[in-house]
Amino acid sequence: MNGWGIIRGLGVTLRHFFGTYAEDLRRGKSRYFTKQGVRERSASTVRGIFTVQYPEEKLIIPEEFRYLPFLVYDELESGEKKIRCTSCGICAKVCPPQCIWIERTTDPVTGRPVPAPVAFYIDIDICMNCGFCAEYCPFDAIKMDHDFEIASYDRKAEHIYALEKLLKPAVYYQSIRPENFAREEASRMEKEAKTSSKS
Amino acid sequence: MLVKTSSDGIKDLLSRYGDSLLADTRPGFGGYFIKTEQLVPFCRSLRDEAGYDYLSSVTGVDNFPEDQMEVVYHFYKTIGGPAFVLKVQASRHETVIPSLTPLYPGVEFQECEAWDLLGIRFEGHPDLRRILMWEGFEGFPLRKDWREPFFEDENKPFKSRWPDGHVLRTEEENPYKNNVQYPAAFDPDQWIPAGDAALYEGLLSLTKEGQSDFKTDHIVVNLGPQHPSTHGVFRMVVALEGETVLSLKPVMGYLHRNHEKIGERNTFVQNMPFTDRLDYISSMSNNFGYALAVEKLMDVHPPERAEYIRVIMAELTRFLSHIFSIGFLLNDLGAFFTPALYAIEERELILDIFEAASGSRMMCNYFRFGGVVRDLPDGVLGKIKDLVIDRLPRKLDEFERYLTKNDIVRVRCEGVGVLKIEEAIGLSAAGPVLRASGVPYDVRKADPYSIYDRFDFDVAYGLHGDIYDRYLVRVEEMRQSLRILKQALRDIPGGAVMNGKPQYQVRVPAGEAYGRVEGPKGELGFYVISNGKPNPWRYHVRAPSFINLTSLSTMAKNQKIADVVALLGSIDIVLGEVDR
Repeated sequence: MNGWGIIRGLGVTLRHFFGTYAEDLRRGKSRYFTKQGVRERSASTVRGIFTVQYPEEKLIIPEEFRYLPFLVYDELESGEKKIRCTSCGICAKVCPPQCIWIERTTDPVTGRPVPAPVAFYIDIDICMNCGFCAEYCPFDAIKMDHDFEIASYDRKAEHIYALEKLLKPAVYYQSIRPENFAREEASRMEKEAKTSSKS
Repeated sequence: MLVKTSSDGIKDLLSRYGDSLLADTRPGFGGYFIKTEQLVPFCRSLRDEAGYDYLSSVTGVDNFPEDQMEVVYHFYKTIGGPAFVLKVQASRHETVIPSLTPLYPGVEFQECEAWDLLGIRFEGHPDLRRILMWEGFEGFPLRKDWREPFFEDENKPFKSRWPDGHVLRTEEENPYKNNVQYPAAFDPDQWIPAGDAALYEGLLSLTKEGQSDFKTDHIVVNLGPQHPSTHGVFRMVVALEGETVLSLKPVMGYLHRNHEKIGERNTFVQNMPFTDRLDYISSMSNNFGYALAVEKLMDVHPPERAEYIRVIMAELTRFLSHIFSIGFLLNDLGAFFTPALYAIEERELILDIFEAASGSRMMCNYFRFGGVVRDLPDGVLGKIKDLVIDRLPRKLDEFERYLTKNDIVRVRCEGVGVLKIEEAIGLSAAGPVLRASGVPYDVRKADPYSIYDRFDFDVAYGLHGDIYDRYLVRVEEMRQSLRILKQALRDIPGGAVMNGKPQYQVRVPAGEAYGRVEGPKGELGFYVISNGKPNPWRYHVRAPSFINLTSLSTMAKNQKIADVVALLGSIDIVLGEVDR
């Protein structure tokens, strides 16, 4: 019959339309602006409305999510910041758009290179968020951040991250990637135990 | 039986052309060189006698510093089987090679591309022009002795980054500093691109003959570059009589960034995230193709679990790309955004899975040579199962109930933009466009890669070659993808996902490899030549949406202009891949 396909199709949109309100009535207030509500709306069992209303609501970010790189430092008991980076340059070499600049420290007396960066720059306008630097870093010193709200008013002043802006404590890293952190700590402990038992 | 006779046919051919053929015996290379003057007759015999009716890819290679330019052709049979690789060589200074357009019209754009980027002139080509760069561009960028502005080094990594890295913005080196400034004699208001005038004239001259009794003016209309139907920055120049399209030429290159030159500067690993940005809807498939090509060269094989994860990701990608393209086809038909948003819901759920596994929704960068980056995190496999077993089939049924029998969809799509079977093969169409025309050619079946030979699935194909069949083929392919996914989820073993230790600089032995996958848009191929150094010597992408556009003008002929919009939607192009 002519037009029957359209009517059937309209039935689908109509169901979607009423489904939204029915679900809202059924679930009540907890559906919006709560973490639980966002989780439900991004699960495969979702019914009704699907949209997450940013910035009041934010999507739940999985652990592996990557945005910009940052450098991890450990806080020693003396309160000193111990930067994990040894300025080996692997991240700068593997970086596909070549957005990492590292200046290695040299010992003023001997003139030999010291394993620490004196300067570290990442041009975030060029960074393509691929995560290679974090993946291939042998010292777990550079990691990918979860913070994606980086808009600024002045790209010239703010879009090249220098060492101070890149450094974040290991505690922060643990908070955004608990599983990765635990895994890396365990393997580090294991390595340390091996070396100490050898010596 | 058919296959057998054809393989005899090729033996026969090889002995008959023995004098002008020379096997490529360089270690790691294969195929045959043919003398330039014998290229066209040999290809004619190859097509008509040996059954290699599908010319998949044309690649120009610059053998600098030798005075030698090479063109590599990959021929296939549409009944399946491995490639026949043919190569022609010519001097770098006077690079002229006979065009294969009379035999395989599908090479039209690919030959244009080789002319544009490498300066290889194809004699007998009907419309050899710059296709990606603009008219008036100086030089041929893919030649090894061509250097881009602010050239730093032949290969990455650049020396200036480490150990004495002083940050520098390239714009600081720009003579105009922070802002654009026009050269002295240049007035943007008065400027008409030289190529465009020729293009319009060419289109109108084509239409002069065969005027109907009803005398109307022929007019040239530009659809695009800024037009909602083009899904990006893309232009179709159409010559019209009334509402009927007399001829059409696609104009592209607005998003051109010379992906291949970037690829040749990069190291092998560095290319992986760049492949994401080709067809940015289906980055997992792009990763897959590139990984296959380089793995062929390195002769490494991923462990079982990684193979299954790859297939799962590739099939999810196919599903999301198809449902997305159908959604936007309906957009083009005028059902503004309701179907597209229903499609985006399902896509969003699949992207959540990609994000959990790879860290990014669209730019996945998930594959490595010899495996995948990391195993699926806890709970992701369960999420995929929920989707594949419950949600996606249910939603696909709903989608079909919504659209398939809709009278408006049928009236707008049935019998519109027909591509006949022989045209589709000749024009090297791929993917759903080829299959909708009645050629059940799917790389997963025709030349199985990875572990696709283990799965039980059917190749969807249409009979009419119109827009409606392309839609139906996509829907059926989504069902088949779900079938593969169910089997893969059932059989996925445990174990490692990567062979050996991850390396940031892989050693790739010298040689050539062509890795191809059945991407959502069609056959996606990566042709890689390594000379044993850390960077690929040649890196070429056979981009399905680019080559599928070759058939657009054939499809659009004598259609109504409003249908051209739907036609473009049915080819399903992604400009990131078209323009590269």
